[in-house]
Amino acid sequence: MNKEVIDKGILDIIGKNSRFSSEDLAAMLETDKETIETEIRAMEDDKIICGYPALINWDKTDHERVTALIEVNVTPQRDMGFNKVAERIYKFEEVESVYLMSGDFDLTVIIQGKSMKEVARFVSEKLSTLEYVNSTATYFVMKKYKEHGITLEEEHDGRERMLVTP
Amino acid sequence: MRDPLSKKIVQIQPSGIRKFFDIVSEMKDAISLGVGEPDFDTPWHIREEGIYSLERGRTFYTSNAGLKELKEEISRYLERRFGLLYNPDGEIYVTVGGSEAIDGALRAMLDSGDEVIIPQPCYVSYEPCVVLADGVPVIVELKEENEFKLKREQLEAVVTDKTKIIVMPFPNNPTGAIMTKEDLTEIAEFVIEHDLFVISDEIYSELTYGSNHVSIASFPGMWERTIVINGFSKSYAMTGWRLGYACGPKAIIDQMLKIHQFAIMCAPTASQYAAVEALRNGDGDVADMRNAYDRRRKFLIKALRDMGLKCFEPFGAFYVFPGIKEFGMSSEEFAEALLSEEKLAVVPGTAFGSCGEGFLRISYAYSIEDLKSALERIEHFIKKHSA
Repeated sequence: MNKEVIDKGILDIIGKNSRFSSEDLAAMLETDKETIETEIRAMEDDKIICGYPALINWDKTDHERVTALIEVNVTPQRDMGFNKVAERIYKFEEVESVYLMSGDFDLTVIIQGKSMKEVARFVSEKLSTLEYVNSTATYFVMKKYKEHGITLEEEHDGRERMLVTP
Repeated sequence: MRDPLSKKIVQIQPSGIRKFFDIVSEMKDAISLGVGEPDFDTPWHIREEGIYSLERGRTFYTSNAGLKELKEEISRYLERRFGLLYNPDGEIYVTVGGSEAIDGALRAMLDSGDEVIIPQPCYVSYEPCVVLADGVPVIVELKEENEFKLKREQLEAVVTDKTKIIVMPFPNNPTGAIMTKEDLTEIAEFVIEHDLFVISDEIYSELTYGSNHVSIASFPGMWERTIVINGFSKSYAMTGWRLGYACGPKAIIDQMLKIHQFAIMCAPTASQYAAVEALRNGDGDVADMRNAYDRRRKFLIKALRDMGLKCFEPFGAFYVFPGIKEFGMSSEEFAEALLSEEKLAVVPGTAFGSCGEGFLRISYAYSIEDLKSALERIEHFIKKHSA
């Protein structure tokens, strides 16, 4: 099998579940363990694979987490456009995601904080005070249903598939 | 009181799967690699269309042959995927699953005493359906050394002047065998030479790995002699919607439709609307599921071979059919011992015909995680029994 097919296979599989061993991936993609490990390392180096975080439903733990989505209007910086502004924002560790948007506003910023107060403080003291930030609109997330393609609360009414069928 | 029962029905054996199902359902916390249906849910956009059709109040019968737009989509689909040409008006009708179409085709084509060649191991319904239609089943035993493909010599050995139909169950449940274009050529020649007909059950046609499915109806001179049976169960993970279809020359379809008209009336309406959506926008889902099955297939074959099980490489459906002869147990004994000792259900090969003796059907319509935990149980069992 060629490298392209193997790489795409690796990404398809670990994009959904990154916990398979190299042996398992090798079996699924009909290649050997060494090839898998070489390809994964190469894709890590190329920043095609950027990390392996677990998807956690914090609502089920005792630890409070608050997520907010913030629409940000900015003034692009001369010579640097939006990238420099985005960088000034995404470097804050509270910031989970930053996207440049088409449409009525420029950046979507997703913030994770321990409390609403903490998020509010970040927006009012850190984000909106940046000189090229013109305005912000903050929306708190009330409930997460699905993230990264995974439904957080399984709504399936149990697996009722019979154990043996023709 | 007189005997209320028909002798014909009484002599038909209940499906071997059914028997095994009863044993399994008695067992608490058994896990299973025993199913013959996809583990995926029907893709949401298809389910949504079914729901929408109910919301819109489309709760009436459709015409006997099925919704016009569904027959048109089926016609387009068969052309785009397999190069088969069927007129939606008269050469296609929609059935309650592929099973209804199998029964209908046999009943429409058989007279008492006509012989039907059935290659086994195969799906459980052909043989009893032939008997129900007053035909005579003639079993051909597919061989592992032929990769469970049907060979011309095997047909030559059993053909008589009463032979009328050959059932072609490929891609095959339970072996996973496929018939390539080259494999089919000699079969098609044989059919034409002996003036026979084919019922081609192509329900797994979307699940072939490494090559596209070829329909025997696409061979020169075969369209006229073939009923193609297909459906939505396996390709779109729609088993519970009960929807299939049969295609063929109008003269045969007309008669099959008569049986359908009187016994069934029409296939479920909501299912038909959902199926229209499946054919219009479901190609991507089919490809995604096929890729997932293919990975599981490779994973499972490697694991079984690593354990030392003899396992021919199947290129279709979602089954592997490993041999277990060296353990000194029959298929049924092996499956029952595996169930009672390791609480793992697989189906004995004999459920698909007596020539399935010495084999097991293992389904990979399960997640890799499920396959892994089942494989641990198989490995434990094998170690224990080969000592």
